[in-house]
Amino acid sequence: MDYTILIGGAAGQGIETVVLLLEKTIKRSGYHVFTYKNYMSMVRGGHNFMQVRFSDKPVTTYSTKVDMIFAMTAETVDFHMGNLKEGGLVVLDEEYHRDRDFMHLPLQKIAKEIGNQKVVPTIGFGAIGKYFGLDPEVAMDTLEEAFKDKVLQLNIEAFKKGYELTQTEIELEKKRDDKIIINGNQALALGAIAAGVKYYCGYPMTPSTSVMSYISAKSKEMGIVVDQIEDEVGALNMALGASYAGTRAMTGSSGGGFSLMTEALSLSGILEQPVVVVNAQRPGPATGLSTRTEQADLRFVIHAGHGEFPKMVIALRNPEDAFYQTARAFNLAEKYQIPVIIMTEEYLTDYMMTMNPFDFSKVEIVRNVEANYEGTSERYKRYEYTETGVSPRILPGKKEGVEVLVDSHEHNEYGNIDESIETRNSMMKKRMQKLEGLKKELMEPDQIGAENPEILLVGFGATHGALLDAVTRLNDDGLSVGALVYGDIWPFPTDMINKLGRDAKKIITVEQNMTGQLESLILEKTRLEISHRILKYDGRAINGDEIISNLKSILEG
Amino acid sequence: MTCEYNLYDPSWCPGCGNYMIRKALKQALEELEIPPHMAVIVTGIGQAAKMPHYIGANGFNGLHGRALPPAIGIKLSNKELTVIAESGDGDTYGEGGNHFIHTIRRNVNIAHFVHDNQIYGLTKGQGSPTTAMGQVTTLQFDGVKVEPVKPLALSLTMGAGFVARGFSGDIPQLVELMKEAIQYKGYAHLDIFQPCVVWNKVNTFQWYKDRVYKLPDDYDYTDFNAAYEKSLEFGDKIPTGILYKVEKEIYEDRFQFIKEGPPLVDAVLNPMDAEKLMKDFY
Repeated sequence: MDYTILIGGAAGQGIETVVLLLEKTIKRSGYHVFTYKNYMSMVRGGHNFMQVRFSDKPVTTYSTKVDMIFAMTAETVDFHMGNLKEGGLVVLDEEYHRDRDFMHLPLQKIAKEIGNQKVVPTIGFGAIGKYFGLDPEVAMDTLEEAFKDKVLQLNIEAFKKGYELTQTEIELEKKRDDKIIINGNQALALGAIAAGVKYYCGYPMTPSTSVMSYISAKSKEMGIVVDQIEDEVGALNMALGASYAGTRAMTGSSGGGFSLMTEALSLSGILEQPVVVVNAQRPGPATGLSTRTEQADLRFVIHAGHGEFPKMVIALRNPEDAFYQTARAFNLAEKYQIPVIIMTEEYLTDYMMTMNPFDFSKVEIVRNVEANYEGTSERYKRYEYTETGVSPRILPGKKEGVEVLVDSHEHNEYGNIDESIETRNSMMKKRMQKLEGLKKELMEPDQIGAENPEILLVGFGATHGALLDAVTRLNDDGLSVGALVYGDIWPFPTDMINKLGRDAKKIITVEQNMTGQLESLILEKTRLEISHRILKYDGRAINGDEIISNLKSILEG
Repeated sequence: MTCEYNLYDPSWCPGCGNYMIRKALKQALEELEIPPHMAVIVTGIGQAAKMPHYIGANGFNGLHGRALPPAIGIKLSNKELTVIAESGDGDTYGEGGNHFIHTIRRNVNIAHFVHDNQIYGLTKGQGSPTTAMGQVTTLQFDGVKVEPVKPLALSLTMGAGFVARGFSGDIPQLVELMKEAIQYKGYAHLDIFQPCVVWNKVNTFQWYKDRVYKLPDDYDYTDFNAAYEKSLEFGDKIPTGILYKVEKEIYEDRFQFIKEGPPLVDAVLNPMDAEKLMKDFY
């Protein structure tokens, strides 16, 4: 079984409420759920829609075709009729009655009787719930979590009225549920908290803001400073100050704000001050499509910051990856005393997906701070030359007689300004030497599908779910297709792609940008030629269906 | 515990006001008996911003204009450290103007010493935000065409609880002002006049000496209106001393876990502490 319900309407009408109630109730009935959200940058009006897909098997992408359209405006029907499967159902408020074979429900009329137009979504939830035979008790629990007091009473009444409107056509048998449902930014934030982030400073920018607001909501309980600072320039500089004092610090933004951070990113390189920075990508240039998705910051992020210094870039692939990779990022930052940039994408920040609960016991904390370091000289050398390029780090104020000096100029081992040729060459080598250790930590891309595929798809970040879906289905059809999906992307791991790429007949990149940024990186680092490319840059996430149809066109030539 | 601060050879020009400011800083820190490993000097870029290289305290020599954000990050992470942000007039009031304004709003317990020589020294003589209108510089050949910033009036109106002005030519007073600023619980703004012997031929040592006068003993520094009036006095006579000083709640104290707990940096990190947050996602 595999069903998709599309819920559409104007911003402010409450489609998020229907979706929240549905996804939680279906998950708690023991099913896998995937919710895809599609917003315009408007608080009220416009056309927004979301899709709730559920199945008895894991779901990792949204579906182009839907089984039901739940339309809160007539416009929703016009926009999405083309997506309805044959035999699919349109549920429409009778206010917008159409002379068609739709299910017309008196949603607004009932809401009027209840005395509050805001309960329309919950009436709809009741009607859909009955249609799919959802257990009213499970639904009631969800309602009790979503609403309180008087509002809860109104919504219970609304749910009951809605539940009476339809007949059960599809019986979702209740099963055991031990999964969580979470989106990428929540998982990212949770990973940061698990890793002991104590300082998050930033400036709001969609789609990064929900990382900050989640951590803020837990800040008192977990003892975390969350600081909304005047601009992103200040944000990264402030995080570097916190890191210098010894707390695990983080900041985040989207492309515009991240651009403002690049000078301080370069600073973290020469200060050798660990920090974790999130860049939640959205389509540019400039303001671009502020609530939509893209993977066009790859080249920008790996080269961000003037001058040459070691950094690491990790592209998040799904919420589970977001949790574990974010926690790992803090260790890598401190172990190598470098900035680590976590790249996510609007699509991943927003979609909700069911998965196994995260295992917090798997999160390790490696600080690389030396409280009892005795040193090799009378004065502490913050930038002491070592074989690994990583110098022993002492925190200011933690050891009598030890003063810690960090400096943005080229400096000697003590941290004092030094422009000599010898120091410059030695310090450049010292910093870059850290890459050698870092390279050993790199995780090769995730391999999906056929072991030695004739057709090798290559992507990075949040296209993971769509590639997994497409490759699995194509393998089922007997095609020799496999995929590599990069998480660690800078420094660029080359072993796996060299191994699979040499034997594959075709290498096809799948990217959400126009210029093929991953393709150019592969070419640069491996000399492998990409035969074809699937590129999408319309601001909407690619799904498994689209990858399959694009691939078929390529194969048919 | 030793509270003596080592000094290192500077690359400042002979006669630069920075020498006097450093002398006062060393004396202030030593008289307050703050051990060097507990003091942090945070700077941006400029001649003044080289201070951490020339005095043996902890130092964070960051980016031009960006001394204040890391200073806040340091103080909130370890409240036991004495944090001093120190930079020039261009760094603070120009490139870092936005941070200056918003740092005052926060009222973090840090001292802020601005070396104000009314010119850009490191980049060789261009107009700074405090250079007088009409002054000819190495960049503004027919004179500066914009009004100067009024730093003390700005910090006062933004709500700073400690606003003062010193002069590098009066070390005893400067030491006292620095000590007051460091001891003040909150953001303390101390603008320090200093001559730039090479690039500012207008605001010379003598120019300052002829104009500065100490606020009288009966001056009431809790009177905002009086302070505002003094902050605008910038002609033949320019007042020095504490213009304004009142008690205010500090930013750190608005975080209960910082106010009542150990320094943030001492928190023991245990991933299992966060496991409970998963319950929201079932």
